[in-house]
Amino acid sequence: MADSAFAAGFALRQRSPAAARHSALVRVTHWVNTLSFFGLVISGFAILLAHPRFYWGETGNVGTPSLFDLPLPFVLTGQTGWGRSLHFLAAWVCVLNGLLYVVSGFAARHFREGQAAYNSAQRLAYMVVVFGLSPVMVWTGLAMSPAVTSVFPVLATWLGGQQSARTIHFAGADALFLFLLVHVTEVFRAGFVRHVRSMITGRL
Amino acid sequence: MTRRKLITTGLAGAAGVSGLAIAARLAARYGLVPPDSGGIYGVGETLTYGAQKLLMARHSLAREFDRSQITNFVPVDGHPPQNETYQRLRAGKFAEWRLKIDGLVARPALLSLAQLKSCPRRTQITHQACEEGWSFIAEWTGVPLSFLLNMAGVQARARYVVYFALDDSWDSIDMPEALHPQTLLAYERNGEELPPDYGAPLRMKVPRQLGYKNVKFLSRITVTDTLKNIRNGQGSISPDYGYSWYAGI
Repeated sequence: MADSAFAAGFALRQRSPAAARHSALVRVTHWVNTLSFFGLVISGFAILLAHPRFYWGETGNVGTPSLFDLPLPFVLTGQTGWGRSLHFLAAWVCVLNGLLYVVSGFAARHFREGQAAYNSAQRLAYMVVVFGLSPVMVWTGLAMSPAVTSVFPVLATWLGGQQSARTIHFAGADALFLFLLVHVTEVFRAGFVRHVRSMITGRL
Repeated sequence: MTRRKLITTGLAGAAGVSGLAIAARLAARYGLVPPDSGGIYGVGETLTYGAQKLLMARHSLAREFDRSQITNFVPVDGHPPQNETYQRLRAGKFAEWRLKIDGLVARPALLSLAQLKSCPRRTQITHQACEEGWSFIAEWTGVPLSFLLNMAGVQARARYVVYFALDDSWDSIDMPEALHPQTLLAYERNGEELPPDYGAPLRMKVPRQLGYKNVKFLSRITVTDTLKNIRNGQGSISPDYGYSWYAGI
């Protein structure tokens, strides 16, 4: 039972093959998310190349033992100003866009009724990304901020420290990137042109 | 598109634009806009600075640590200036060095290291992260910047404190950050005199921001109401290297 006209319209569109498969809001937030995600991946990789070494706990530097060292060069040391600026700009867009998507998604029962076309593994992966990995990325990102942890120290201490937060942030980014690869592969297998067109125009 | 929808969309758009304009005015009025707010990245910088300023409005304290957590090895990032002035001052154990305090203050001052050490001191064990990703914990002792500012008598219209080093480095912080109890002019590190590699004779400690705001080898502090007419006009040497003025994250 839809409890608002908007939700009813949304549900109807989901079930009628001739009508739009995705609402305009889902389509717009999808592409804004695509853009901001690419911004985050590119800038995140640039920041990584300033120090591709990871630690556990509060501190870590070239003179202390690492948790793991990536086989990447320290090539962007002192040159990641643009990477940081792009990362935070993209993060703001990604978070605000994501909030709009989640809030409207709940209003339209998108997460309960809009999933009929997907199998349970797809649904699970999707839910893990939206409600698991994304909040973890925001949390660990903020836990690296000395300004934010001055207000909410637990953001860092619950994870074991600032460097632990950085390491989890990196692991979460890898998981999200893996999800992206699987997601794009699935779209290719299901018919790339048709599905991309559907996500742009709303019609299959 | 129906006429009704067109009008609704138009009204919503106009409300959005004027809402943004009002928000921008209010943000500027309450000091929530950083000096490097221009350009596409400026949007992100402004959102971050504004949001974090609101979050820290109650003067939150940076996390402090136990002595046992002090990092043994800390890489030297930024070696002592090679210029003749610094070498001469260093050879004389900084006896001839002075900290100049000027700008929008009632009583400009020229202070020796001995005078600074006779001021009330504060010791804190804080975490410092480099924007590259590495970090360390160290103990710092120094005089709170707020003490010197109160001594010099800051004028009401002051908005920023700018600090200059004996090399070409310089930076600035806003007044709430300058008056924050953990903002120190440090002359000791881990209980010992500050070594030249780590900023002798005096360095800034701003533990709620990243490492690069903690300028070493200080020589001058200027209180100002605008950053526009100081060097690049963006409040810091960092924008010359592509880095943002505000470094709370």
